[in-house]
Amino acid sequence: MKAKRVSAVARKEFLHVLRDWRSLGIGIAIPLVMLFLFGYALTLDVDRVPLVVWDQSQTPASRTFIGGFSASRYFQLVGEAGGYGEIERAIEARRAVIALVVPVDFARGVASGRGSSVQAIIDGSDSNVASYALGYAEGVTRSYSNQVTLDSMRRGGLPQPAAGLDLEPRVWFNSDMESRNYIFPGLIAVVMMVIAALLTSLTVAREWEVGTMEQLIATPVTRGELILGKLIPYFCIGMLDLLLAILVGEFVFDIPMRGQLWLIFASCSVFLAGALSLGMLISIVTKSQFLSSQIALVATMLPAFLLSGFVFPIANMPYPIQLFTHVITARYFVTLLRGIYLKGLGLRLLVGEALFLLAFAALVLTLAHHKLRKKIE
Amino acid sequence: MNGANATTTGESPEAQVSLHELTRRFGDFTAVDRVTLDVARGEIFGFLGPNGAGKSTTIRMLCGILPPSSGSGTVAGYDIATQSEQIKNQIGYMSQKFSLYEELTVEENIDFYSGIYRIPAGKKAERKEWVIEMAGLAEQRGTRAQALSGGWKQRLALGCAVLHEPPIVFLDEPTSGVDPISRRSFWELIYRLSGEGVTIFVTTHYMEEAECCDRLGFIFGGELIALGTPAELKAGFPGQIVEIGCERPFELLQRVESLPGVKSSALFGAGLHLAVENAEQTIAAIGRELPDLDLRMERITPSLEDLFVSFMQAQGRAASS
Repeated sequence: MKAKRVSAVARKEFLHVLRDWRSLGIGIAIPLVMLFLFGYALTLDVDRVPLVVWDQSQTPASRTFIGGFSASRYFQLVGEAGGYGEIERAIEARRAVIALVVPVDFARGVASGRGSSVQAIIDGSDSNVASYALGYAEGVTRSYSNQVTLDSMRRGGLPQPAAGLDLEPRVWFNSDMESRNYIFPGLIAVVMMVIAALLTSLTVAREWEVGTMEQLIATPVTRGELILGKLIPYFCIGMLDLLLAILVGEFVFDIPMRGQLWLIFASCSVFLAGALSLGMLISIVTKSQFLSSQIALVATMLPAFLLSGFVFPIANMPYPIQLFTHVITARYFVTLLRGIYLKGLGLRLLVGEALFLLAFAALVLTLAHHKLRKKIE
Repeated sequence: MNGANATTTGESPEAQVSLHELTRRFGDFTAVDRVTLDVARGEIFGFLGPNGAGKSTTIRMLCGILPPSSGSGTVAGYDIATQSEQIKNQIGYMSQKFSLYEELTVEENIDFYSGIYRIPAGKKAERKEWVIEMAGLAEQRGTRAQALSGGWKQRLALGCAVLHEPPIVFLDEPTSGVDPISRRSFWELIYRLSGEGVTIFVTTHYMEEAECCDRLGFIFGGELIALGTPAELKAGFPGQIVEIGCERPFELLQRVESLPGVKSSALFGAGLHLAVENAEQTIAAIGRELPDLDLRMERITPSLEDLFVSFMQAQGRAASS
């Protein structure tokens, strides 16, 4: 391995990227677009659920009850309805997801201690949102109902009821339970995986297609020099992407960073080596830019999105698929990034993941070296 | 580094390139069929043949990028089957497409190959200037290769291929698609390299280029069918050539083909060339058969093209019978 030849290849490849707006687009623009797009759009939090109310009671009591909903960050009162027809239309037109029907005898029922039933109608077509909305609605109703009980006891001169059980939750690592905090570190891993493989998937195939490869294999350059030289520029782009992603996380999305930065960069460089080599291997085997980029996309995008645990928890998957996720490299990087980002874990607790990434990189690199032939087949 | 290496399997110890029964098959198709030849140091060896005859396949085997199916060969004393990586240090190769990096400038292309061939730092600038001067690219240093015309690209590609002063250069149809003036200046470069002792193995299908070579090999259907200097080949031409100048050569072609003693015939410029056994007899016969036509007929010495055409027609007849 001669440094001079490696650097000649690396320099040439750098120039290609700088002069070719498509490579630059794939390398810099697409990752940023993905980060912003998913960072903003991909949230699992359900809040400001649109709500309409049919208040048949029209009493101070019913208004207090409804006030509990409109004061909550989980609901947004979008209108009053005057009957079931209006409720139906509002839900059909998707102006509202949930509708409350407060009965005529609400105030009387509450005051007499008989209690009352409030009807909630929910659009179940999005089951996720519906179940969250139902849970929130129950919570608001329960706290109103507790308040009513306490008030009536106080008015009746009864002693405060004995203290019941009280759950004191302490949420660690993501105390606001912002799903973005959880998603963003994983998003970095997914973006890096896709971009890295896509970038290198073009390099060797392009040289075969243009005909420069035939020239190159008739020179003394070795396979290792060629692969290493070609990896270096894309490695730099990958690291630049990581830096941009961290900055976006810090300044745009306010993602807390509890771990050590160097650990993120170190684990990313191991991960990148594997992902870049994977793209290179695909490029070497297919010798066609089109085929290579398609395969790279399918081989990285789907597993990274679906099976890395980035959005969909691996623990909820059927057991055979859970087993399969063990060979998805993005899975380990997602775990690493989340661990470092949110929990501030050190290498000691993440060494398993790091070792797997290292082994994967070594394996794919060896395969790429093995498959690259300085011959016309 | 000029080929002090002992020849191991070659025919002649002087030979820089030596092939023995070299064969390459692709499935059922035999692209190169038992080709045996030697090329001496400093020689310009022209490899001639129509498209698909096996010229490029042969060159690729010699450059060590295509393994032979059988037979053997050495380049600079190294075996093409087992020592292909050593060969790559000794050769310059210019493949059929001028394989430059289109997005890179003239200088960046040179710098790239300079790094690949590990030209020492002290020599790098001098070699770069040599290439730029040789290719006449002083004005285009910073121009991207994609903006260069065909002739310039071709000279730059040659420059990149000989940057490291290899003792042997393989050029695969270096002048295809290049205008005649550029072609001429390209051949001046080839002479210059040859004068410096570089062995040149060049494929072409231009006959005027073939005339410029020290020795020629004709390849057809994968087989080497003639080998020698241009003068030897012409002297060995079986028969004589009659040139006919006429108005409508295509019509005439069909009428004279069937005459006795005509071995092959071909359109040639504004007339016909006939390969015949005896020129005087044929001229007399045509005069008798076609007295109505005002034909200018003359016996000429065969050109390489006549030779090539008659070889190909003879092979074609042999194949169809």
